[in-house]
Amino acid sequence: MAFIRQLSGKAWIWSFIGMFLVWFVTAAYTGGKGSADVISAALSFATFTVIVGIGQMFVITTGPGNVDLSIPSTIALSGAVAMKIMGGSNAMLAIGLAASLGCGLAVGLFNYLLIRVLRIPPIIATLSSSFLILSTAIAYGRGLKIKPPPLLAEFTTAQVAGIPVLAIVIILFAVLMSVVLNRTLYGRAVLAIGQNMRAAWLAGIHVERIRFATYVLSAVLAAICGFLLSGFSGGASLNMGQEYLLASIAVVVIGGTSVAGGKANVPGIWGAAMFMFLLVTMLNTFGASAGIRLIMTGLIIVAVITIAGGDEPQR
Amino acid sequence: MLAYLTTPRFLRAALPAASFAILLAAIFYVQPRAMSYFGMNLMLQYTVPIALATIAQMFIITVNDLDLSIGPFVGLTACIGATLLADTPALGLLALAGCIAAYAGLGALIHWRNLPSLVVTLGMSFVWLGVAVLILPTPGGTAPGWVKAIVGLKTPYVPFPIIAAAAIGIVVHLALMTSSYGAVLRGAGGNPKAIGRAGWSLLKIKMVMYGAAGLFGVLSGLSLIGLTSAADAHIADRYTLYAIAGVILGGGEFVGGRVSPVGAVIGALTLTLTGSFLTFLKISPDWQIGAQGGILIIVLALRALINRREG
Repeated sequence: MAFIRQLSGKAWIWSFIGMFLVWFVTAAYTGGKGSADVISAALSFATFTVIVGIGQMFVITTGPGNVDLSIPSTIALSGAVAMKIMGGSNAMLAIGLAASLGCGLAVGLFNYLLIRVLRIPPIIATLSSSFLILSTAIAYGRGLKIKPPPLLAEFTTAQVAGIPVLAIVIILFAVLMSVVLNRTLYGRAVLAIGQNMRAAWLAGIHVERIRFATYVLSAVLAAICGFLLSGFSGGASLNMGQEYLLASIAVVVIGGTSVAGGKANVPGIWGAAMFMFLLVTMLNTFGASAGIRLIMTGLIIVAVITIAGGDEPQR
Repeated sequence: MLAYLTTPRFLRAALPAASFAILLAAIFYVQPRAMSYFGMNLMLQYTVPIALATIAQMFIITVNDLDLSIGPFVGLTACIGATLLADTPALGLLALAGCIAAYAGLGALIHWRNLPSLVVTLGMSFVWLGVAVLILPTPGGTAPGWVKAIVGLKTPYVPFPIIAAAAIGIVVHLALMTSSYGAVLRGAGGNPKAIGRAGWSLLKIKMVMYGAAGLFGVLSGLSLIGLTSAADAHIADRYTLYAIAGVILGGGEFVGGRVSPVGAVIGALTLTLTGSFLTFLKISPDWQIGAQGGILIIVLALRALINRREG
């Protein structure tokens, strides 16, 4: 009993409960047919949401008003740049990845400069930079129809005993980031800043250095997502990042991270990402139209945040 | 006089108008033929829906919230306008009234549960889009004749979009900046606690502001289909970003209820002109959104400079 009580106190448990509930309903409806395949597909697709979700989580955790809206355009730019540089050749894989990471680094740096030097609120800063990034991606990637290197395509779609390899890698990465969040100086500093920036500063935390690292982390993760996603989907497309704006914020919120900042957890992101995918799958098996699927997705996000509630004036 | 003209307060107020004037001058320099009734009309025709969406966003920003769903919402009202309103006007009006009520309800929900507007509106953007797709699965429909007639009005001397934009700015300015309840509404963004202690209902204020945003979203959708004469669920997806950018370009502050309706309209005009400017410079449309982002950053940089002088 004590174990259950302890579990129910964890913010992330709800996203997993939701995930299993939706999966069971789907499995019951189909009579258990293909339930394993559904999980496998969910793992593949959730992986990408988790990558950007983790970056978004760190940004949101640094306090109210902090959010990265440039994730979709960074995904688009990184994918386009990597594909063009690699030109479908395995030999260029490392260079392509490096270019991709470079994109992320540059975007993060630029975002932070706007926030720090021009004192633009993060939402507006990342929004305006996303305009610039997207334009760059459009101009650079016009008519881009380059296949990813076979090795990358294989790696991103490979499966071991029905479990996507990439998902295993990202689960390990999530464990690592969970340690970073809870056990390292950086992670503790992010939480402290989110709880009270001034107190954190008075306690001797290098607030600006931490914020800088956080925005760079988010952009680099978005770039990695773009790189892997273009390998997964057989090439980069300019709108492939689009759905990740809402998805990255939604998984953070549904996963039990406080939007007011200062309270975060990594496991919930996996649960929430799986939940979101399985929910759409469930509505699909019920034969719901695209409109209904959109409405349900939106309503569930609003319902989750309404139940979770806000505890402080926040944005 | 000169001392007044260089005060941070004046500079800040003049910045939106100055950036608009500079952009307009640059356009006339590059393409003198744009300096005509027809040219202005063509360049600015989409100002009206964008300005209305910007004002809607401004109402939300006034109470320290942010609306990430105004674009899909405008798309939904456009779809309703091109289908229900055209076929069965009574039902259409009822649906549009329902949209406004839903917005006011959102304001109540956000206040009641103290929710982050960012997440709520992001979720709602899916709902609006979903409803729009249900109403109009494929692009189409026809705008009601009277909507087209109003938007296509040929006014003497000054093109209609300019008159309409000016009227929108002035009406909202009178309501929000000069009326006593308007001051209370803005105060709810500046210091909600004080307004609450003074006996005003913050719930009602949020509902009024969200409702007003809904109303202007509806007007934006209708004026948009008046121009395009058909609708599509995705017709206004970009308006979310345009609207935020317009408010900020127009001198609105992100927190504290410091907004400017006239500035917001000018901000919308500036954004619309950016597109034409790039076309005249023969720069590829690829860079259009990039240029809008660039202008946003430049204006914000200038404002940061002005604010720094204020100390």
